Amino acid sequence: MEPLYSELDEGELELPSQPMTLNVGPAHPAMHGTVRCVLELSGETILKADVQIGYLHRGFEKMCERGTWSQVFPYVDRCNYVSPMLNNVGFALAVEKMLGVTVPERCQYYRVALGELARIADHLTCNGAMAMELGAFTPFLWFMKAREMIYDIMEEETGARITHSFGRVGGMAKPPTPAFAEMVRSAVPHVLAILAEGEGLLLRNRIFIDRLQGVGVIKPEDAVALGWTGPCLRSTGVPYDVRKAHPYLVYDRFDFDVPVGSAGDNWDRFMVRLEEIRQSARILEQCLAQMPKDGPINVEDPRIILPPKDEVYSTIEGTIQHFKIVMEGIQVPAGEVYSYTEGGNGELGFYLVSDGSGTPYRVRIRPPCFAVTGALQQLIEGLMVPDIVPTFGSLNMIGGECDR
Amino acid sequence: MSQALLDLLREKFGAQILETSSQFGDETAVVAPSAWRAVALFLRDDPACRMTMMVDLCGSDYLGRTPRFEVVLHLYSLEKGHRLRLKARVGDAEGEAVEVDSLVSVWPGANWFEREAFDMFGIVFAGHPDLRRILLYPEFEGHPLRKDYPADRVQPLVPFREGYEKQPPFDRFEGMSFGRNALPKGTVE
Repeated sequence: MEPLYSELDEGELELPSQPMTLNVGPAHPAMHGTVRCVLELSGETILKADVQIGYLHRGFEKMCERGTWSQVFPYVDRCNYVSPMLNNVGFALAVEKMLGVTVPERCQYYRVALGELARIADHLTCNGAMAMELGAFTPFLWFMKAREMIYDIMEEETGARITHSFGRVGGMAKPPTPAFAEMVRSAVPHVLAILAEGEGLLLRNRIFIDRLQGVGVIKPEDAVALGWTGPCLRSTGVPYDVRKAHPYLVYDRFDFDVPVGSAGDNWDRFMVRLEEIRQSARILEQCLAQMPKDGPINVEDPRIILPPKDEVYSTIEGTIQHFKIVMEGIQVPAGEVYSYTEGGNGELGFYLVSDGSGTPYRVRIRPPCFAVTGALQQLIEGLMVPDIVPTFGSLNMIGGECDR
Repeated sequence: MSQALLDLLREKFGAQILETSSQFGDETAVVAPSAWRAVALFLRDDPACRMTMMVDLCGSDYLGRTPRFEVVLHLYSLEKGHRLRLKARVGDAEGEAVEVDSLVSVWPGANWFEREAFDMFGIVFAGHPDLRRILLYPEFEGHPLRKDYPADRVQPLVPFREGYEKQPPFDRFEGMSFGRNALPKGTVE
């Protein structure tokens, strides 16, 4: 029998084709932040990508220029809303660097403990959400259960699950509750047990491994040039952790390791975060053992710290002191400072400019995931469409921090 | 941070380093805008500096001063562990002629940071491959972090976007044209 299209030659059978433009986001169920990717596809391969951010821009820096220095704390809470305590502490340290004050030892330990709890919550969320986006819903729920244990402690300590606004220039809003150490000591083993269970579900799963290993690879020198920090940079093998390289608070007194990856792919980023949770647990254990049981939590400086409420209502000094701080704000010496701490996603920097008044002249936050997300485009070009999901997930872009 | 770096910069660039200071433990060098890129390249490549990591780049508005804007760059060396703040002062009192060289070719990570400084302050980075707004939308009027931009200013409503023009970075002949009949039948680009 003769073929149907015998009169046509091969070349004409080829259908004319051109690349397709596909828009993913800004609200896409598989993207864990409001980000938009405009993709140019050939089949399922990404030829060109444009990552567009800004959907959560609230004018953080402009808002900060309107109030006093202390009124910045609620705003920084809403930058990285997965680990707000790290932002609180980072901003407090930046202002304290300008004021030239050091908080009492007990407060330093308290800040470390709360910060490490926040870091655990941050990494649990990132890894859980990343697994969920790849279809593994159970580990996500388990990790959320573990995160909730940490949020319970946070709620007990600060009164709020997420937006604590607990940091203060020169200390913390309140001293640790009497049960703080006990709560942490009992919760952390549970968190680690849940983590181990979640790992058991994921780490030997062929599908999960295939979608992570060798995908979204970046070389260490490229990552450094792109300004990557935090777990994403460490996954390439660069052991840069602010807590080790430039210890602040009391981090130099703890024995902990900086986990690094070797390939710089999604798998390494996932594993680095898992290991960092364990290291944070180690820090917490040592921190609680070394933390002084009593002592002041705030610096003894009436120009910085609000007086106790009973003094405000009963003495003229207290009333004036309260009035000055609330109405005029803390007087920060003129100048500029860059202070950096290790946030959930890497180096969280604050570049502050003061004109000597109670209102910040300029508050610039250096968001670690802004630099990381900036490289998403080059990570996904050449990959397939489904590879965007784990790659974007492993970068842990937090909309509030990236867009501010 | 280190004072030695500032001395090295002064020695190498002389009058192009307008000012150096050290405050709160941070070293700052103010560079003439014409030498901005050269200083950055030197800091990246010189064996005594090795500033391989561009930590942060942002703008800052000092209304009433001339030059009015500062471009503030924070650098870090992973090998040496030292930091440096580099500044260039640009722009006249009206907020015009705010231009400085782009550093994207020195540190690729500067790309988004420069776009943000352009978005927020209207600082133009000459030689930037793709300088457009990043956090705000294309129709936004003004640059919100400038000190003369009132915080309560209301932006005009953005009209419904007519037509199917592609958004950057795709130019007209890239990607699929939206709509089935956008191209005459049989045309292959």
